[in-house]
Amino acid sequence: MDLTLHVWRQKNSKSDGHMEIVEAKDVSEHSSFLEMLDVVNENLLGQGKEPIAFDHDCREGICGACSLVINGEPHGPEYGTTTCQLHMRSFKSGQHVYIEPWRARALPVLKDLIVDRTSFDRIQQAGGFVSSNTGSPQDANALPIPKPDADKAFDAAVCIGCGACAAACKNASPMLFVAAKVSQLAILPQGKPERERRVLAMVDQMKKEGFGNCTNQYECEAACPKEISVEHIARMNREYFRAAILEEPEKQGHGGD
Amino acid sequence: MNLDSKIPSGPLEEKWEKHKFEMKLVNPANRRKYDVIVVGSGLAGASAAATLGGHGYNVKCFCFQDSPRRAHSIAAQGGINAAKNYQGDGDSVHRLFYDTIKGGDFRAREANVHRLAEVSRNIIDQCVAQGVPFARDYGGLLDNRSFGGAQVSRTFYARGQTGQQLLLGAYSALNREINRGSVKMYSRTEMLDVVVVDGKARGIIVRNLITGEITAHTAHAVILASGGYGNVFYLSTNAKGCNVTATWRAHKRGAGFANPCYTQIHPTCIPVSGDYQSKLTLMSESLRNDGRVWVPKKQNDKRTAAEIPESERDYYLERKYPSYGNLAPRDIASRSAKEACDSGRGVGPGGLGVYLDFADSIKRLGEDAIKKRYGNLFHMYQKITAENPYKTPMRIYPAVHYTMGGLWVDYNLMSNIPGLFVLGEANFSDHGANRLGASALMQGLADGYFVIPFTLPNYFANEKFEPVNESDPAFKQTLDEVQTRTTKLLSIKGNRSVDSFHKELGKIMWDKCGMARDKSGLEEAIKKIPQLREEFWQNVKVLGDEKDLNQSLERAGRVADFLEFGELMCRDALHREESCGGHFRTEHQTEDGEAKRNDDKFCYAGVWEFKGDGKPSELHKENLTFENVKLATRSYK
Repeated sequence: MDLTLHVWRQKNSKSDGHMEIVEAKDVSEHSSFLEMLDVVNENLLGQGKEPIAFDHDCREGICGACSLVINGEPHGPEYGTTTCQLHMRSFKSGQHVYIEPWRARALPVLKDLIVDRTSFDRIQQAGGFVSSNTGSPQDANALPIPKPDADKAFDAAVCIGCGACAAACKNASPMLFVAAKVSQLAILPQGKPERERRVLAMVDQMKKEGFGNCTNQYECEAACPKEISVEHIARMNREYFRAAILEEPEKQGHGGD
Repeated sequence: MNLDSKIPSGPLEEKWEKHKFEMKLVNPANRRKYDVIVVGSGLAGASAAATLGGHGYNVKCFCFQDSPRRAHSIAAQGGINAAKNYQGDGDSVHRLFYDTIKGGDFRAREANVHRLAEVSRNIIDQCVAQGVPFARDYGGLLDNRSFGGAQVSRTFYARGQTGQQLLLGAYSALNREINRGSVKMYSRTEMLDVVVVDGKARGIIVRNLITGEITAHTAHAVILASGGYGNVFYLSTNAKGCNVTATWRAHKRGAGFANPCYTQIHPTCIPVSGDYQSKLTLMSESLRNDGRVWVPKKQNDKRTAAEIPESERDYYLERKYPSYGNLAPRDIASRSAKEACDSGRGVGPGGLGVYLDFADSIKRLGEDAIKKRYGNLFHMYQKITAENPYKTPMRIYPAVHYTMGGLWVDYNLMSNIPGLFVLGEANFSDHGANRLGASALMQGLADGYFVIPFTLPNYFANEKFEPVNESDPAFKQTLDEVQTRTTKLLSIKGNRSVDSFHKELGKIMWDKCGMARDKSGLEEAIKKIPQLREEFWQNVKVLGDEKDLNQSLERAGRVADFLEFGELMCRDALHREESCGGHFRTEHQTEDGEAKRNDDKFCYAGVWEFKGDGKPSELHKENLTFENVKLATRSYK
């Protein structure tokens, strides 16, 4: 199939970007979206033009590196699918395909389609962990966890940290990403001792990074390649209110108010 | 080259405990005076950085990805082995030890493997304490499944994404230390060389992948946890970024490279579909718990799977290996698939595929039960192939997956360069000539959480360190060399893309040094690779700027290293005149086509020393002694 691509090109974080038209000829419908871009890049190189920069790594939908807003939708038209697992059979010959980076102030463009997602790491660093020293914890089976709880925690834990939730949200809110970790650890007994501190610190960091807040439009759930439910946002909100009432905000990790 | 394995004395079961007690410690107040560099943030790197940071060392951790959470450990699907014996089916530390030694075709060190089996139990406890949501049964206790090469259920799992959950556990531990200030994280930063001062590893040279800036970092010890070299084949199940650069550059600074020819070809991957293909996708070995592997009995059978009656199917693994059946170890299952296809009985386009059929299990357990176990894998298969594996059998074919070879390390995981430690897939130590399924996660975490935190302090406590800084001649010189090489890649301005060289190298490696190898093929590869390398340095085309984010430049540096490394791999495969595990020399097989080891001549780890560009590497040997297991011919029949 032949496609007309409209691609965001931007030299670096300091320069302005623009949309550029690139023709993609003889694309195999069996190739993945990123393989289509590989072929386009080889052709660009042949013409002496710099290839299009985009993040990718595992190409099997689990590392969370790939991104791309394709025809206005983060990760493209297929439900529950990362860009790397999107296949060209989802497109028709002659189609115009618009390819843009994630857009959010807290996810600045570094080059072409690559954005800086270190803000996501900093949110996790603020509290997305159980403080358990490496050593000799009790036997793993000493504490049974009801299967439904373990399964629910797992459903949240599948988040790949790609950023599609923030990219899909009109408020640029990564609430689904933050909630996935808060919820996973709030459900499990291991996460209980730090549950108040964790939710306050993570939400606080989210705000500091310049991300917006959730206004319940559920765009994130529709865009999430791992199909994480907004139910986890509801749980996080509950955790947040509970923590705000119960806890004297700790100075550490809470802005010192 | 000094290859003292430093295996502690005493009975096998007591070596590690005794060694832990005898090793020196560093007083908590003194730990912050030691700088430690960790390269890589996968299971081995993240767990090491987190634990050492937690102990109070001053840790810097580097990864080339945009976040430490993206390291390729994340893609491991099936599970992690541990000798917990929760199922009460006869497992023990000794059995896990024995299975691993046997699975590795008696080419691993006994003492290392036994330690691995011992600490496997701590890993599960540690991960559960971090909130890793392993699969559980209705009683709330941890569930297990079985994996190839074992007759017990000792594999812990989290649906089909165990690696993800374990890595996110280690990532969260790392985040806690970053938050506390004990670890400083450098993402999008690629290590390009090791700096050796007075014979000791004292730092690294890195390139900031956003700004292109090349800088030096000093330390008292450098830990490489940079993964394997499977991408030398171009097509593999590795992530696109996986590379040999960190270990290869360390090798060129004097670190011995052990057994590079030991590569694992995983039996269950989605077959290649076209020349645009950029990588191969694994379908977890766990599928072989419930899937049956077969091909038609007739050659060139063009009927669909459904049209072929039961009596005309060859369930070849069950036929050839009745006691392990579909759960034969990976090397054996892969070779059997190749044989079936070579005999003209392969299925799918090009005849390079075999069926993995779930019909019987779906009939027995129901579609829902299968969906619960493997839902995400079936989903992934359908996404890639547009075929529904609940209705028609999967088509699978072997693909490069893991590399058992790596930098040589002693029992303390230190290479022959003092102060340079190597963990996880990057070292050679635990899997011999073939790794069993669900043992890579185990080794990565064992090395990072439970071995290096004991052995590194012992090194510090026994050494005296001269102060070094980035402006010392050794640092300046190494930095200049890296700079020159980077500039050179951009200045060639030839006609061929980096990818085209990589693909050509990959094809040579797969054809001549893949699932089956022979003398003439390897000799041919050893002739072709240097020619390709020469062409690369004259004709590669890399556009863009040096002081900018430049993915072509990153790839060019990695492919340049693969072009050197591939030759060494072929030389190692050529010298090893025997078949063992993943290394199958067609000249050395039994009458029924099984690998034929030669224990009299090759019961050693082959360790290569770099002698300079364009000069042949020198082979050294670490003889393997087996005091606790009897060398036997592997049988899974």
